[in-house]
Order: sequence, then structure tokens, then C-alpha cells
Amino acid sequence: MKNTLGLPIALAALILVFGLSSDYFFSRDTFVAIANDIPALLVLSVGMTYVLVIAGIDLSVGSVLALSGGLSAVAMLEWHWAVPAAVAIGLGCGVLCGFITGAVSVAWRVSSFIVSLGTLEIARGSAYLVTDSRTAYVGSAIGGLSNPLWLGISPAFLLAIAIVIVSQVILSRTVFGRYLIGIGTNEEAMRLAGVDPRPKKIAVFVLMGALAALAGLMQISRLEAADPNAGIGIELQVIAAVVIGGTSLMGGRGSVINTFFGVLIVAVLEAGLAQVGASDPAKRIITGCVIIAAVLLDVYRNRKQR
Amino acid sequence: MSLLRLSSLAKAYAAPVLTGIDLTLDAGEVLALTGENGAGKSTLSKIIAGLVAADAGEMQLDGKAYAPASRREAEAAGVRMVMQELGLIGTLSVAENLLLTELPAKAGFIERDELHRRAAEQLRRVGLTRLDPSIAVDQLGIGHQQMVEIARGLLGNSRVLILDEPTAMLTDQEIVHLFEQIAALKATGVAIVYISHRLDELRRIADRIAVLRDGKLVTVRPAQGFEHDDIVQAMVGREVAQHRDRERRAPGRETLRIEQFSRGAQVRNVDLRLHAGEIFGLAGLVGSGRTELLRLIFAADARDRGSLYLNGSNSPVELHSPVNAVAHGIGLLTEDRKSQGLFLTQPLRTNVTIANLARLNTAGWIRNADEAGVVQRWFERLRIRARDAEQHVAELSGGNQQKVLFARWLERDCSILLLDEPTRGVDVGARDDIYAELDRLAAAGKTLLMVSSDLRELMAMCDRIGVMSAGSLVSVFERGQWSEQALLDAAFAAHRGQHTGGDDDGNNKGNGTMHAA
Repeated sequence: MKNTLGLPIALAALILVFGLSSDYFFSRDTFVAIANDIPALLVLSVGMTYVLVIAGIDLSVGSVLALSGGLSAVAMLEWHWAVPAAVAIGLGCGVLCGFITGAVSVAWRVSSFIVSLGTLEIARGSAYLVTDSRTAYVGSAIGGLSNPLWLGISPAFLLAIAIVIVSQVILSRTVFGRYLIGIGTNEEAMRLAGVDPRPKKIAVFVLMGALAALAGLMQISRLEAADPNAGIGIELQVIAAVVIGGTSLMGGRGSVINTFFGVLIVAVLEAGLAQVGASDPAKRIITGCVIIAAVLLDVYRNRKQR
Repeated sequence: MSLLRLSSLAKAYAAPVLTGIDLTLDAGEVLALTGENGAGKSTLSKIIAGLVAADAGEMQLDGKAYAPASRREAEAAGVRMVMQELGLIGTLSVAENLLLTELPAKAGFIERDELHRRAAEQLRRVGLTRLDPSIAVDQLGIGHQQMVEIARGLLGNSRVLILDEPTAMLTDQEIVHLFEQIAALKATGVAIVYISHRLDELRRIADRIAVLRDGKLVTVRPAQGFEHDDIVQAMVGREVAQHRDRERRAPGRETLRIEQFSRGAQVRNVDLRLHAGEIFGLAGLVGSGRTELLRLIFAADARDRGSLYLNGSNSPVELHSPVNAVAHGIGLLTEDRKSQGLFLTQPLRTNVTIANLARLNTAGWIRNADEAGVVQRWFERLRIRARDAEQHVAELSGGNQQKVLFARWLERDCSILLLDEPTRGVDVGARDDIYAELDRLAAAGKTLLMVSSDLRELMAMCDRIGVMSAGSLVSVFERGQWSEQALLDAAFAAHRGQHTGGDDDGNNKGNGTMHAA
């Protein structure tokens, strides 16, 4: 953990720049906007960090988010299921999607990139099917998850932070975490060391699916509606946040804590640009530049380490 | 006047790698450069070839200052280097690879006939007269790829040609071709720097031999009269313990028996019985099925046929995967450390403990203190040279990397250890440490099955030596019954009466090199 300071400094600099260029940046509204934005993105990014650590990728997270959320909403509204059962079926659906991606790519040794692209389409189609292509208004049935307790901080926010901490500890302190890093570094060496990489890889995709479903629930709780178009393109935002946090796309290297800072940087950038009145095109162009800059910085850090 | 003159060259990365190198090279001379791993041979040659800049000192080529800033500049001055790692593009043809930077073209379209004519001419210079230049490099055996790489190095008007371990992958036949080429180049006045570990080869080809140790030039002497043992002593700086004849170790109970092991044409009907406390050697040519046999026993590959028995039992054990094999106390030290053994970008610590975490955790949590203790113990016992347990293994020398893998399996306490070329790319000092460890393991009642292409090593270490030829185990020798000649004869057994030369059949699987002392 030699480079742990770089990201907080970058974040602080970003906050400072926005603070100086807008009178309203240091306001309750900005903070609330950021705090609202974060939980779903954070939960997805934690899962994606694990997936990248084992040298995989999961493009289906946005669709899985929409399908799981949609399924829970339909279960509540149309099937009149109790809330816990509806939540459970949403999470179960995420687990199933993750299992499909993981199991297919492991069993037939195909890249998770292409399998998850398939899952992306399947899950999105299913989301339209389940919701009949309409937004399902669930009201405040699970609104408690997103009701701010204090300063915009909601139970969802706290849950996401807890997931960050637990995931980081699992990655750095447990046998499972060590195996994941080993798989991402050299899967064949792992196999020949007598450790079967396959169940671990599937477990990571299952975890990713479950977290995508949780992110879906967080979104319907906040918006009080399940939109079958939710999460389109969010996988790219997630991957960007994780990579800004210094996790390698080549596998074997990653930190959930740094992903947390990556997510904060993405969220602050978004909120800050909105505050200073940047147009949507300008926002996208600037965000793109930040992503490239972060990756270049990462390459530079790697070279120095070698 | 000498063609190339180096004065007080020095280079340091974290620590000094080269200090005060003074060396001259004459036109039409072969200068051999040798030394242990990490002695500085590669760095020195890379400085000459313009890949690395020296920190201090200067070079003169033909009396004029020579300080190439890049490989391109060095090549423009007539200095070329053939690298140890293959720099070929597998999906392109041999001809395209050879002429990659000067593809003959008209209006952007490649002129195939001209390309193939020029490539064929180039291949003739290294004796590959029957190799089709239009074939993709991927389809060639590794030995032929190396020859293509060398042919590329011979392009243009080289005045100084640096060859880094050129024969590492070549068959004997190919080595002969290469040496003929070197002699021909020499006659035209090209100066050659020849880097190799293979001392007998050096004395065959070199005019002078330069020995590096710890970044310093220890000695430069005419090859004539520079005896094998003297070279080794200059490399190591001390006398290396000679592994003279020992007694055969008393074999214990049977630990592993395989019957009729087969996989395609690679391994055919191999029967083998191994015992506790013995070292069984496997000799044979490259491609004779030795590595494949180890992988079958370890269940890294699936076999077509055959059964395996453990600990003298009469009921076969079915191993489905390396996970099973390891659970039954079998370990495999792979031939290719980097791609099949090590986690290069991870610290030494995790590389040692990865197969042992089952014992180092409580409910899934790694016990850090215990892990550190394990690593420290092997660090000392195997004399691993590293900064600390957190250093990435990519930064270690070949010998130390191999010790890390030994530590992994020794900590796992396997009762049967399969070793594939355990001392390949390992320097002389570390080699002795590894031999000592093998002795200790045998004395502790472990079963060792060891593949090596170095007959001298097998004859020094093993109690029995089995020889494989074209996938079959053709004979097994007891200690005292073998001779180099007998072992070599057996290795060629399956090839006798056929065309065996490793020449231009485009594929050299099935024959290869074996190095006798």
C-alpha cells in the first residue's frame, strides 16, 4: 500500500477546485446529492473490484440491477408478496445472473467479457419482460433504506460503507482473498499449486450479481420506482471508478478502499460539474479526460515499481 | 587496433550491476562472456547493443566514440544483438518476421516473391535450407524459432554480433549449423560476443573467454588451455563441491506405482515404481515425454489409460486434478517457473505460502504471524537472497525464484515430489544449495522423481535413472550400472534406424538436446 495517499490528495484537490470556482459547492445540497448518488455506485464498484482482481470483467451489472429491481417491484405490486420475500427474490435473481456468467465462462473457458455481454442482453430483455416495459411505482415500501438519517446519510449509505470495509478485509486478510489475488496473477500456477480456481471464480461473479441486485434495490428505494431502463451504461462508470482507484484490468492487483476513493472522485466530479453549471456535453468530456489521466497515472506508478 | 573498446563501463540500478569494465574486441574474433546469473552479462551486452545506457565509462568503435542511444542507433553502426527471449511475431510468416523492418513493397503492397526469395537466402545462411519461409512462426518448434531469430540477427552488415544464450533451445544438429555460421562470419571479419552458461560449448567456439562475477570482470583468457574447473572457479570465486560417486541410498517401501500410463503419442505405456528415500532421475531428449509424464502423474493433464497406486496399495487411486494430487501428498515443481509456478507480481511471502494457507488460517483468516514465521524459516534454511519477504519475486534471480518454489513444496511437506528441470537457469552457487536440499529430502524418506537434461547432474544425484525415448520408458539403470554413453544410447533408442537429425523438417518435437559433461 505504497500509494494510498495519492487518491485522497486527488480527491481533496478536486473538492478544492470546485469549492473555489463555485460559491455553492460547500453546501448541504451538494453533500446530499453526493451522498444520494453514492450507495448504488459504491456497491457495484466493490463487486467489480473483486471481478477485476481475478482478471475478469462483468459488463452485465447495469442490466442485472434493472432486472432484480424490476422483479422485486413486480413481486410487491402485482404478486402482492411481502416486502422481505420481494427483496429476497430480487437478490436471488442477481445471484442467478452472476452464477450464469461465472459458471459459463469457467466451464467453457471463455472470457467473462463476452459471456457478460450476453448476460447483459438477456437480463435487459428479461427486465422489459417482467415489467412489461413500464416503470413500476412501488411507493415507499422500502423507502426506509434511503431515508436520510442525518445530513443526507441514509441506511443504504451506511450499508455500502460497511460492505466496503468488510470486502477490503476479506480481500487482504483471508485465504479466499489471497486465492483471488493469486488467480488474477497466474491462474495456471494456482491450479498447479493444488488450489482449484474454478469455484472461487464463480463465487466472485455470484457476489457481483448479488451486489448488483442490492444496488437495484437501493435505487428503487430512493426513486420509489423500478425503471426497466435503469442502469444503462452504468457498468462503464463503475469500471472507471474502480480503475481510477488503481485496480488493474490485468488482474492480481486491487484495493476496495482505493475503489471507494475512485467512486468519491467520480461522484464529486459529477456533482461539482453540475454545480458550476457545466453542460452535459462538457461534463462528459471532462469525465473522459479524468479517466484517461487516472489510467496514465496508474501506468506511471507501475513503471516506478518495476 | 581493436574494433570495439570498452573503458571503465559502469551501471547501477538499485545496487551496482557493473563496475569498471575494461574490455576489447577484435574484428574476426569470438569472445565468450560467461558468469553466474546476475553477474552482469546481460546488462553488459545490452549496453553494447544500445538497449541500456551506461552510467559511467565510454566505448569506442573503430577508434571513434560510440554511445548508442537506442537499439536502432547501435544497429546503424553495425552492432546487433540476438536476444534470449524470442522477439518473433507468431502469427506472421518466417519471411515477414525476418524482413519486418524492410518488407519489399510496391505502393504499399508486399511483393511476396521478392520477400520469400530474400528470406530463403537469409535462412540459407544459418543452414535452414529446407524451411519454408511462408510458414507461420507459431507452427515451428522452439528450436527453429530460435534459428529464425538468429537469422534475423545476421541481416545487414553486422560488424559486432552479440548472441545471448543462442543454443538454449537448439538441437545438436542446429548447434552445428550455428557454429558453422559463426565460423563463416568470423572469417568475414565480424566480431562476435557469445554469451552462454555452457562451458564446453564456449571452449569449442570461443577464441577468448571473459568471466564476470558480481559485476566485475574477473578474468579474460584465451579459451585454449582455460580448463573447465578453472572457469567454474572463476565464476563462483570458490571451489565448488564435487559430487563424486556416492553410495546408492537404501530404498524404503514402495510409495508410488504407475502402470501403463499413456497419453497420445507423448507418453506410451509407462510403468514405474518409486520408493521412499530414493531419487529417481528421468533422462531423455527434449520432447521425449518426460515433462508430460510428470504432468500425468500430477493429474495436470488427463491420461488416456493407466492406473496409479500409492503407498504399496493394490487398489488404484484416481486423481482427477492437481488439487487431488496435492491432497495425496504429491507436489510438482514445474519446468517453466514463470508461467506455471510463480506469482511474479506478488511478494515472496505469498508465493511461498499459497499452497499452505489451509494450515495457516483460523476460520478463513490468515494468521499473519504464523505466515511470517514460515517464510522466515525457509528464507534462512534455503539461503534465499532477497531484500525481505515483501520483495516481488519478479525481481529475484532465477536461482532464488527456484528456491521460493522449493520452499512452497517443502513447507507443504509432500511425500512425493516431482521435479522438472529443478536447476535450469539456476546459477552454480544456488544449485549447490538445491542439491543439498534434495539430499536432505531423500534422507528424510521422501520420494523424488527428477527430470533433467543435464546428465552429469542426474548421475551425481540419483539412485536410479530411467531413460525416455519417444514417449516410452526404454530402460532403467541402477547407480553403478550407467555411463554417459549408455544413457545417450538409450535416449536415442526409439530414433535408431530412422532419420533422426534435427534439421529442416520444420518441427523439432521429438528430438532435442541433451548435454553430457
